[in-house]
Formats: sequence, structure tokens, C-alpha cells
Amino acid sequence: MKRKLVIWLTWSGVLWGAAGLCAVFFFQPKLQSAFIPGSTTRGHHQIENDCQVCHTPWMSVKTDACNQCHEEDLKKHRDTHPMSKFTDPRNADRLQTIAADECVTCHQEHRPEITHAMGVTQPDDFCIHCHQDVGTDRPTHAGLPFTGCNASGCHNYHDNTALYEAFIDKRKNDPANNRRQQVVTRAPRPEPKTPTVPGVFPEDTDPQVLHDWQASAHARAGVSCAECHQEGGDVAKPWIQRPGMDSCARCHEGPVKGFKTGLHGMRVAAGLSPMTPAQARIPMLASAAHSELTCNSCHAPHAYDTRKAAAESCQSCHDDTHTRAYAASPHAKLWAAEISGVGKPGTGVSCATCHLPRTSRFDENDEKIVSVEHNQNANLRPNDKMIRTVCLDCHGMPMVLDALADRALIDRNFDGPPSVHVESIDLILKRKALKAQSK
Amino acid sequence: MKNIRTIIASALLTAGVTVALASTARAADIKDQPLITPKLMTDALHAVMDSDRAVYTKNVVNRLANQEKVITATEHWQDDKSLPLPAQMFRMGAEMVAAKNKGFTYSLLSKWPINPQNAPKTEVEVAGLDFVAANEGTEPFYSEETLGGKKYFTAIYADVGVVTACVKCHNEHADTPKTDFKIGDVMGGVVIRVPLESL
Repeated sequence: MKRKLVIWLTWSGVLWGAAGLCAVFFFQPKLQSAFIPGSTTRGHHQIENDCQVCHTPWMSVKTDACNQCHEEDLKKHRDTHPMSKFTDPRNADRLQTIAADECVTCHQEHRPEITHAMGVTQPDDFCIHCHQDVGTDRPTHAGLPFTGCNASGCHNYHDNTALYEAFIDKRKNDPANNRRQQVVTRAPRPEPKTPTVPGVFPEDTDPQVLHDWQASAHARAGVSCAECHQEGGDVAKPWIQRPGMDSCARCHEGPVKGFKTGLHGMRVAAGLSPMTPAQARIPMLASAAHSELTCNSCHAPHAYDTRKAAAESCQSCHDDTHTRAYAASPHAKLWAAEISGVGKPGTGVSCATCHLPRTSRFDENDEKIVSVEHNQNANLRPNDKMIRTVCLDCHGMPMVLDALADRALIDRNFDGPPSVHVESIDLILKRKALKAQSK
Repeated sequence: MKNIRTIIASALLTAGVTVALASTARAADIKDQPLITPKLMTDALHAVMDSDRAVYTKNVVNRLANQEKVITATEHWQDDKSLPLPAQMFRMGAEMVAAKNKGFTYSLLSKWPINPQNAPKTEVEVAGLDFVAANEGTEPFYSEETLGGKKYFTAIYADVGVVTACVKCHNEHADTPKTDFKIGDVMGGVVIRVPLESL
């Protein structure tokens, strides 16, 4: 009897212990990493310790996991292969071969051994499943390998806003440099409201803080201390010494949303601690390893100098070849000219010009506004996304197509002409010649 | 005697209430009764699609682009700041419906498609597009087919070039396999599918 009790108690202890351990792992995001089945992709590794961003409690993938972060972006870039294209029953046979109505068919996570560029886990020739007849429909494509559709710089699966025949055709003879080389400028700075006073602030405030604020756009726009340091800008509310991003979002909702969507802020969006350069997989300066990324990391508090945020801030963390080559690049020289007042506004090229570009969009009142895209990934991967939003403001399509396909030139931060050639324009011309011959 | 009257009155009242309740219940359930056949459903859907399409083609695109010439209608309408072409308008609607999962799908296909992905693919699509082209759109084509292991009722209605814009654009497009369309020609077909079993 006693033996049975001991066995019973032992088993019970083991089971309860195991359940308790599981619960600890389950509810402690930092410990969940113990269950990660394989290295996560470069797009998701920042949030890999919080399984529940993508997974259900039973570890299957949430039905809406991908869409909750990527849907808006796909729509914005006019996704050429939306799911709704595949749900028509006439595509049932194709879905048997490749279930293109599910993101995870092509983007499996935790499978580093089969993960290619853009987090694609299908073999590179996946286009063949639906476009095997392209050589017949388009003789210029006969014999071209299906591994090259995406790799050639000619096509993308989702975003082809700058990679379609009519768009390229219209620009096929453009010179390398446009006559007017200027990106869109933001709305004029607000007229100062009078009186511009900081309002109430603690007595021991550093005079430098007041000085920085006085020179800032906040001061010019009449944004007093209370707007950030007291909830809702209410001077009756308690003083908040270090206001968080929510405080910025009260007025800068779009930029904060963009920041949280990109690699810089996705940890914050997932409820984790802010990203630090130490957690990055690309080279970063050791001196910045443990700085946390919030709005204030790039926009120094109180000064909020957007010029500093546009290049200097990036260079204070990033330490890859492209960033290191920036200082001596033609783009950097134009930026130096602009900030020194020699160049016109919009003629300089900072890091942000290309990676956090100014984009025009319609606001809720259907008014066209220019704002800064704070999702650093929005026009970066694949880099053809940048063609329309940035490159064509200053350069011609033939040069841009070649330059973006030239890895060595990217590493040199576009110092010199491209040495790679993308055949898109040649194929368009060839097709026209074939048409003319057949007439 | 009084009891008998009471019993009769009660019986009548009960019967009345029962009939009233039954008819209410019938009224509540009738919306779920299978009174509409798949053919009636596709005919009704097509009537709406065809009318909306004709209104857009004639009263918006043809009027503003070809007659009044105040705006153009082009394939790359977002870049050109122009009107979407009628066929694009139709496809955008079809994709939006597809995303809503309402149990039916529709598409615009042709034996002479500009995009080869819109050529007939299933046996029923091939037969249906041949049928509506041969009878010049006087009669739709109805059939059943099994796709991905599921059975569908498939109806195909002729899509006729109603204004110059349709014919001209298709004849002149770089990717067109046919360059001699005329107004009134069957240029393709609207394919509507309704599942005949739960999805």
C-alpha cells in the first residue's frame, strides 16, 4: 500500500513538475526560444522569442499571422499575386502543385537550410508551375531559365510596380542622370506661433535642453514641454520624466506606425523590449551595441533635428560596407551640400532619402500630403521597390535597373557606374523587332 | 352549454395561434429554403454584373474618354491618372468578391486573351466559350464540373464588345492574339461558378 502511494506521489510530482515547467516556458517569452525548431529568417529573428506573435497556443501558424504585419504593405505595392487570384476553383489543379493561396507555402519559417533571398523557401524556379508556356506566348523568353525570373532583376513575385513592360518601355531611353535631380520636399515648416514658450518645466532642467528645444521644429510649431511630458498635454497631470513612443504617436501616428512595422520597431510592436544593435545580424558598431531603438534613438530628444536623423544617426549604429562607403560617395557629397545650404532642398541624398523616403499619399480628407516612410524595409527588399519611390527622381531607368542589380556597386555606395547589366530593356526592344518582322 | 362554448372558443383560439405561429415560423425559415436553383442564381448574378459593366462602359468610360474626351481610360490607370478599363473594373470586382468568400466566383475569360492566364483552361470553359461564340451570345452555356475534388455548377455568358473602346483597345494591344474584333462580336465570356456541395 505504502509502495503504491510512493509511486503515485512520484508520478504526480513528475507530471505537475513538467506541467509547471511548460507553463513557465510558455508564459515567459524569453524562455520560449528554447523551443525554436530552427533559426528564424532575417525578417523575423527579432521577434522569435515571442512565439505567439505568429503561432497559436498549440504552435500552429495563426491564420492571419502574416497579414497582420504584411497585408497593408502588399496592397500598397499592388501585389501582383494576391491570394484572391488563386481562390478561383479554376486554379484548383495549380494549388495541388503549389498552394499559392497560403503565404507559408513559399515562406516557411525556421528552415534556414532551404531559405533563399526574400525568405523564399521554394526552389528558385517556382514560376514554372504557372508560367511554363511563357516561351510560346513571348518568344523573347523562350529558353530562358526559370531560375532567373526573379534573380535577373526583371520580375518580382509581389511587387512589380516598376517592373512591367509599359513602365520600362516608356523610360528605356532615359539618360543616366535626370536634368532635374531632386526628391519631393516636405510641407513648408510651420510658421512660429506666438508666443513660443516652453511652458512649465522642472526647475533643475538642463539649460541645454531648453536651448535644443528652442531651436527645434517643436518650438516653431508651439509644442510646449507639457505636450510630451504631461499626459495629453494637460499641465494639471503629473510630469513624465521620460515620455515613451506613445507620446510621439499622439501627433506623429504615421511615422510611429511605420517604425513599428519595420525591423527597427517590430519588437516594440510585439510587446518586447526595443531592438538593440547587439541583436542585429548585420554588422553594427560595438559602441552602439546596447542602445535601444525608439524614436529618440535617431531623433535626439528636444533637438529633434531631422537632418541628423537622416544620416548621422544611421551611421552611429550601422557598420556594413554600404554604410562605411557612404561618407565618400557622390550621394553623401550632395547631402553635405544641401545641409550646408549650397544645394537646394531635396537635392542631397542622405541614408533616409533612399531608406526612409518621403512619399506622397492622400490623407483621410483626400488631401495629398508628403510624409516620411519610417518602415525602413518598405522599399528595401527587393530593392527594385526603391525604383519608383526614390531612384527615378534623379536617375534614368536603364542605369537604375543595372545599378540595383550590382552588389559590388551597392557595397561601394554607388560610387561609379554599374558593371552589371539587366536585360529587361533589351528584351523589350527584341520583342518589338520581332513584332515588326512578323507584320 | 356554456362549457361547450368555452371549449369551442378555446379550441378556435388555440388553432388560430398555432396557424399564426406556424406561418411566422415559415416566414422566418423561407429565406433558408432551397427555392433558387443554381441556374437562377447565376442568371441573376450575371444580370447585375452585365448591367453594371454596361453602365460603366457606356456612361463613364465611353462618354468621358471617347465622346467628351475629358479623361482617358488606360490599362495602367494608376500611373496614368486615368480611368480603369471596363475589363479591369470587372476583374477588380471579381477579385474583391473572391476575397470575401461568398461561395461563388466569377471571371472574365476569352479564347483570345490579352493575358494568357485568362484563356479557357477547364473542359467546360473551352466548350462554353466556343458555344457562346458560335451562337453569337444568344444563349448562355450551363454545365457542371468537378474542380479540386468539388462539384460546381458553371454558367458561361457571352461578353460582347459594346462600344468602340472595347474593340479598338483589344485590336491594338501589343499582346492581343486577334486584331479584327468588330462592335457586336463575342469577345469572351463571363464564367460564374456556384459550388454544388458545401465547401
